[in-house]
Amino acid sequence: MTILANSLIIFFISIGVLFIVVTAIGLIRLPDLYTRAHAASKSATLGVMCVLIGVFFHFWLIEDHFNPRILLGILFLFITGPVGGHIMTRSSYIAGVKPWKGTVRDDLAPEIERMKKEQGIK
Amino acid sequence: MAFQVMLNFILALVWMFLSSNFTAAGFLVGFILGVILIIIMRRFFTTRLYLARVWAIIKLTLIFLKELILANIQVLKVVLRPELDMQPAFFAYPTVLTRDWEITLLSSLITLTPGTVVVHVSDDAKVLYVHAIDIGDVDEAIAAIRDSFEKAILEVSKS
Repeated sequence: MTILANSLIIFFISIGVLFIVVTAIGLIRLPDLYTRAHAASKSATLGVMCVLIGVFFHFWLIEDHFNPRILLGILFLFITGPVGGHIMTRSSYIAGVKPWKGTVRDDLAPEIERMKKEQGIK
Repeated sequence: MAFQVMLNFILALVWMFLSSNFTAAGFLVGFILGVILIIIMRRFFTTRLYLARVWAIIKLTLIFLKELILANIQVLKVVLRPELDMQPAFFAYPTVLTRDWEITLLSSLITLTPGTVVVHVSDDAKVLYVHAIDIGDVDEAIAAIRDSFEKAILEVSKS
C-alpha cells in the first residue's frame, strides 16, 4: 500500500516538474510574446497543479493529514491561470506588440484598428 | 435549477424531522427520497430536472480534463522540436453563446486547451479572437471547439 502511494506521489510530482521545465524551455525558445503565452498559461498551470496534487497525496496517504487548502489552491489556479494569459496577451496586442514574422494570418488587426479609432486612441 | 435543489434539501430536512434522526446518514436517506419525489413530480416544474444539469457539468469537466492533458502534450511537442516551424495565427471564432458567464467559461476553456489562447472578445461579445500556436486549418480548429466545448456549455445552460 505504501509502495502504491509512493509511486502515485512520485508520478504526479515528476509529471509536474516535467511540465514546469517545458514551460521554462518554451519561454526561452519561442519567438514572440503570443507563443510564449501558450507555454506560460498552459504548462505552468498543469505543472503546478500536478505538484500540488502530489503534495496533497503525500500528506494524506503518508502523513495521514487531510489538507483541503491544497485542493482550494488547485481550484484557484484553475480559475486564475487562463485569465492571466488572456489579459497579458490582450493588453500587449493593444499596446502594439508585433507578432512573430511567421504568423500566417491576422484577423485581429482590423478589429483592434476599428476599436482604437472608435475610442480615439492612437 | 436552484429551486429544485432547495426543494430537495428541504425535503431531506423534513425527512430528518419525521424520523428524528439528525445524522449525516439520515440526511442522505432523506435526500435520496427527495430525488425520487422530484423525479415523480417532474412535470410540475417548468425547467428540466436538475440532475440532468449536474450530469452535464460532470461531462464538461471530464472533456476539459482530457483536453487540458492533450494541450500540454502538444505544447511539449512544439517546444522540444529541433527547429521552430510552427505557424501561429490569429483567427476569429464566431460564438453562439449569449450570456456573460457562458462566454467567460468558453474563453477560459479555450485558453487552457490545445494550442489556443483567447486574445480579445469583440465589444458585442459575438466573436472571440483566438491566437493559435500552430494552425493547420482554421475551419478544423473552429469545428473542434464548436463540437466539444460549445456543445457541452449549451448542454449545461439549457433550461
